[in-house]
Amino acid sequence: MHSNGFFLKDVAGFLGGYYAFIALMNGVAAVLLWKRKNQAGWAIVWSVFAGAMMVLASLALSGSESMVPALPSAVRTLVNKLSGPMLYTVGTMALFTALFVFRKFFVQPMVAWSILNIAMVLMGLSMADENFAAIVMKPDNVPIVGLVFLLAFFTWVATKQAVVNDERIAQGLPPMEKLDDEKVLVWPDLVYTELICMVAVSAFLLFWAIFLPAPLEEPASSVKTPNPSKAPWYFLGLQEMLVYFDPWYAGVVLPSLVVFGLMAMPYLDYNKKGNGYYSIEERKFSYLTYQFGFFVLWITLIILGTFLRGPNWNFYGPFEYWTPYKVEVLNNVDLPQMFWVNLLDRPLPRPPQGAGTLSQIGYILLREAPGLVLLGAYLLLLPPLLAVTVFRGFFAKMGFVRYMIMANLMLLMLTLPIKMLLRWTLNLKYIISIPELSLNF
Amino acid sequence: MAIGETIRNSQIWKSIFRHPMPLDRRNRIVVMLTNFFLHLHPVSIKKQGIALSFTWCMGGVTFFLFLVETVTGVLLMFYYRPTLEWAYNDILALRDVTSLGILRELHRWGAHAMVITTWLHMYRVFLTGSYKPPREFNWVIGVILLLLTLLLSFTGYLLPWDQLAIWAITVGSNMARATPFLGYEGPGQQLLTIGGIDMITDGSDARFGLLGARFVGEETLNRFYVLHCIAIPLAVALLLAIHFWRVRKDGGISGPL
Repeated sequence: MHSNGFFLKDVAGFLGGYYAFIALMNGVAAVLLWKRKNQAGWAIVWSVFAGAMMVLASLALSGSESMVPALPSAVRTLVNKLSGPMLYTVGTMALFTALFVFRKFFVQPMVAWSILNIAMVLMGLSMADENFAAIVMKPDNVPIVGLVFLLAFFTWVATKQAVVNDERIAQGLPPMEKLDDEKVLVWPDLVYTELICMVAVSAFLLFWAIFLPAPLEEPASSVKTPNPSKAPWYFLGLQEMLVYFDPWYAGVVLPSLVVFGLMAMPYLDYNKKGNGYYSIEERKFSYLTYQFGFFVLWITLIILGTFLRGPNWNFYGPFEYWTPYKVEVLNNVDLPQMFWVNLLDRPLPRPPQGAGTLSQIGYILLREAPGLVLLGAYLLLLPPLLAVTVFRGFFAKMGFVRYMIMANLMLLMLTLPIKMLLRWTLNLKYIISIPELSLNF
Repeated sequence: MAIGETIRNSQIWKSIFRHPMPLDRRNRIVVMLTNFFLHLHPVSIKKQGIALSFTWCMGGVTFFLFLVETVTGVLLMFYYRPTLEWAYNDILALRDVTSLGILRELHRWGAHAMVITTWLHMYRVFLTGSYKPPREFNWVIGVILLLLTLLLSFTGYLLPWDQLAIWAITVGSNMARATPFLGYEGPGQQLLTIGGIDMITDGSDARFGLLGARFVGEETLNRFYVLHCIAIPLAVALLLAIHFWRVRKDGGISGPL
């Protein structure tokens, strides 16, 4: 898709301001580094970078569409070709793993600042693509862009403190938060912070409200179904799960389990350490579980569902046009089919004509035996097995009930990534499929 | 100065503010104890507890956004009529003709922001381990508040009555149709029959209860309007009060033990 001139004219003004903002940001950073931190080297780096951003800004504002900085179309085509649900999920997973493993490197302010700059420039270059801009600038999608940057920022803030604290704890020192035991009066120290916060939030909200009109589409019509039909953005992670599970599980059971699991968390986490200060080393298991659930299974799925799922809920690359005519091959197979037909080369067990209710149930159970055995083993055998192996320590400290709740919540949470993997590798549709009861899993 | 002095010494001023100006240490303590709006706070607080890098202010911002939503929401209620005849037109007029139509933008963006700040607040509470004893129950209340925040946003999403609204709600509420046993397409609903008559139909299942009809229509608009403007805000207000009270009772702002 080639971006057309009309579009670039519309977006050029915004991009000019955007690059100028990055330049200003880096200019301020350079001054602060030079004056306050005495880091002349970095100050020069960011001044030069700010200069480059000013060049991009003037190119964007030059009035000529061909001058607006954009990613080469070969790169965009390549990104579109390569991207897909599997690469996206596995890729973000790998990214989070790398960020976690090398967190000591990534929390350094200059590294984090470089990443922020790279992300912002990539974002700017991508915005010059019509298809990318169409999704990102949709009024209701703007908050998600904000959310991504906010989450990155706050994760950095937290990890930075956790890294410092973990090093201190390893040396036998108390966490940073404990150093300053001083108490201050709420008036003025907290009350004024709150006031400033309120003014800042109000100003921000007014600014947002003035510059971005709230969306209003055509009047509601129950006969004109839009394609794609999407839930509000914060539920799009759940909608994305519908690719892998039926609504009863993806839309009802799993969300209920998320709420239940969150509520149960403080009663399952018996670890007394890490209360009231940032730390990762002291609570690695709970930290990684939460981050996996929050980032991989919630946030990245929302981003996938919002930005990368188009008509018919097909996957579209970030620079791809959302054509409703894209056809995706659906050759997913149920496990009973795989087991009885493909593996044993026999027909699916089917009750003979006029069989009684009991015998019908028997045949259903026989047909679904492979899935039932697998699921039974997963939910009933795995927890005790884990209790005597990997989770031995947990089991000893948590007791039977708490351990079983924890293990089952954990396993149920993992059904999603497992099902994703099975879908990508084996084209597996359902592990258990009992249409007689509308029960597909 | 003299006028200020006169005002502060007047009977009216003194009857409203039960304390002198918080200019010295004693009165800065007194003001926290005697002012209704301030007595939510303690008198003094751990300095590191209110450091921005530690607390991020997100809980406070969420509460402030709730207040913004309440005020803009009440003002919008004067204008908006939740009927098929008027809902869309009223929103259209807010966009095109009404002065202060920006209230709708403030309300909508404030709602999105509130969802985000709730997540960030929760994220901070998790990362600092502040859900651990003695704050377990307050975390549970927080989870319910998170759920109610999402429901507030979800019910409000329908009110503009445009294509975006009804289809988002249709997609969202279709999930209820698949509730095990209680949704008419859910697993196991076939078992709930009495004398061969299905108990769970599209006119009696969980989705019908949510929408007040078999599809998103006028009954749904009314139902969501009442939930959005009255029922859920009341529940949130009550839980917020408990949430804040428990913050104080459970040892105040969190910090290392």
